[in-house]
Amino acid sequence: MKILVTVKRVPDPESSIKVSPDGSGIVESGLKWVVNPFDEIAIEEALRIKEAQGGVEVVVVSVGVGESQEQLRTGLAMGADRAILVKADKPDTCAVAKILAKIVEKEQPTLVLLGKQAIDDDSNEVGQMLAHMLGWPQATFISKLTFSADKNSVEAVREVDGGTETIGFALPAIITADLRLNEPRYASLPGIMKARKKPMEEIDAASLGADLTPRIRIKKLAPPPPRSAGRKVESVDELISALQTEAKVM
Amino acid sequence: MSNVLIYAEHAHGKLPKATAVAVTAAKKLSAVAGGQAILAVLGAGVGEVAQAAATLGADKVVVVDNPLLGYHLADITAAALAATAEATGSDTIVFAATSKGRDIAPRLAAMLDGSIASDIVEVNADGTLVRPMWAGSVLATVELTAAKKIVSVRSTAFDAASGPAAPIENLSVTIAAPAKAMKFISLEETKSDRPVLTEAARVVAGGRGLKSAEGFKTVLEPLCDALGAAMGASRAAVDAGYVPNDLQVGQTGKVVAPTLYIAVGISGAIQHLAGMKDSKVIVAINKDAEAPVFQVADFGLVADLFQAVPELTTKIKALAN
Repeated sequence: MKILVTVKRVPDPESSIKVSPDGSGIVESGLKWVVNPFDEIAIEEALRIKEAQGGVEVVVVSVGVGESQEQLRTGLAMGADRAILVKADKPDTCAVAKILAKIVEKEQPTLVLLGKQAIDDDSNEVGQMLAHMLGWPQATFISKLTFSADKNSVEAVREVDGGTETIGFALPAIITADLRLNEPRYASLPGIMKARKKPMEEIDAASLGADLTPRIRIKKLAPPPPRSAGRKVESVDELISALQTEAKVM
Repeated sequence: MSNVLIYAEHAHGKLPKATAVAVTAAKKLSAVAGGQAILAVLGAGVGEVAQAAATLGADKVVVVDNPLLGYHLADITAAALAATAEATGSDTIVFAATSKGRDIAPRLAAMLDGSIASDIVEVNADGTLVRPMWAGSVLATVELTAAKKIVSVRSTAFDAASGPAAPIENLSVTIAAPAKAMKFISLEETKSDRPVLTEAARVVAGGRGLKSAEGFKTVLEPLCDALGAAMGASRAAVDAGYVPNDLQVGQTGKVVAPTLYIAVGISGAIQHLAGMKDSKVIVAINKDAEAPVFQVADFGLVADLFQAVPELTTKIKALAN
């Protein structure tokens, strides 16, 4: 079995993000770049499947700038077998899904694992789009994945509003990872050394023949209106009194 | 001129507030497009839901009653909505940005080769939309350039719509059932007598400071009950296994904007603030005076939560009596 896992290069989630003065983008200088945290969970799940089943190849793929190599190396250091970097200039989610559909056609994986959302654009769209483009079932926001005895189908537990939902289907399929699916491992030192020798293929997005016309145009970025800090209260009594007389919410 | 179709979410015969909020955004979009806002009720035996949907302020309700739509899995629901949009002359399809809406909407966008904007917080007069990015650190104004436009709406960003009973029309559409179908197996609903987190007027949320599941149960739950509040949690508390994920408030969980939000033992990471900073009044209780949560709190109490919260609970109960 082959598992394809997507890896996006994003600013560290703890970064303070500032809009550039002309509103065309964010200030990138000084930012630390990491693997999108939900993608790390997706990589971990693929590695666990590989360890449990044997005979599994895990391929990490990233769509974006050349520097995404660093994040792919992280995936390889965690234990993925090889990497594919598709170079594309600021593709929107629809273009990313179309590029991934081409990679899936080429690679023929049984499973595509993605993070449920990237913590930069917060779109939460690519997995669902890719599922339609391939005509495959999808299980988004999952916290558990179980294979049938013959490994030809899966059951997925999904995190939904008000509880959890279990769905099932035959493979191949699209799975998007939510927070509780697993706890991703850190790359070990031997893992990092080995990763340097693992194959990394580079592809130019334009060569794939996908329609990359943007479907969404960002006209302007702006910071949200600030929320001013209030004040400290000294005691529970003062808090209750403030809520009653000042805020009038009690 | 084209119409705007709204996907009516429903469970146990009821529609969530998030759908009524989506109608408000849809009416702004239909004003730009010069068409009607049409609420689509899909399901099997949904007459009662359609009656309730008729008072949510849409211009019209269309009902697609089909045994294939007994449970709304993404593949079949997207196919049914594509057919419904076609039959009603709708080029824009609006969802609530709930777990269901966010599951289905992108699949439909791909099906229609359309544009999509998820989790929008504003519709401008020129038809551009505003959506948060980077955990709400940035608001992006975006234009959807394809002929078909798919939008999901943040449920705290608009008021819920309502109106006089709109006409209800039954629609028969042919649904292209997917070849490789998804199958529903089970739904485990969290049982709670407390208000729904995303709809509650008051929310009490706990973080890692509560130290355990027991801490949530013995310290936080009594305060929730004294205030009639819904319970929420930070990602750190969910990660640590203290509470289920459906209580998570933040960038990757739920977005809430209650009248009163009390953050207990929550440091206030950017990703948590993204889910609650639009609350009317924010209270923070934390023993670390430097915790970032105090930067957004209207009232901050620097104290040991294990003493302050039980005291607060007792005194609020005394007030109620």
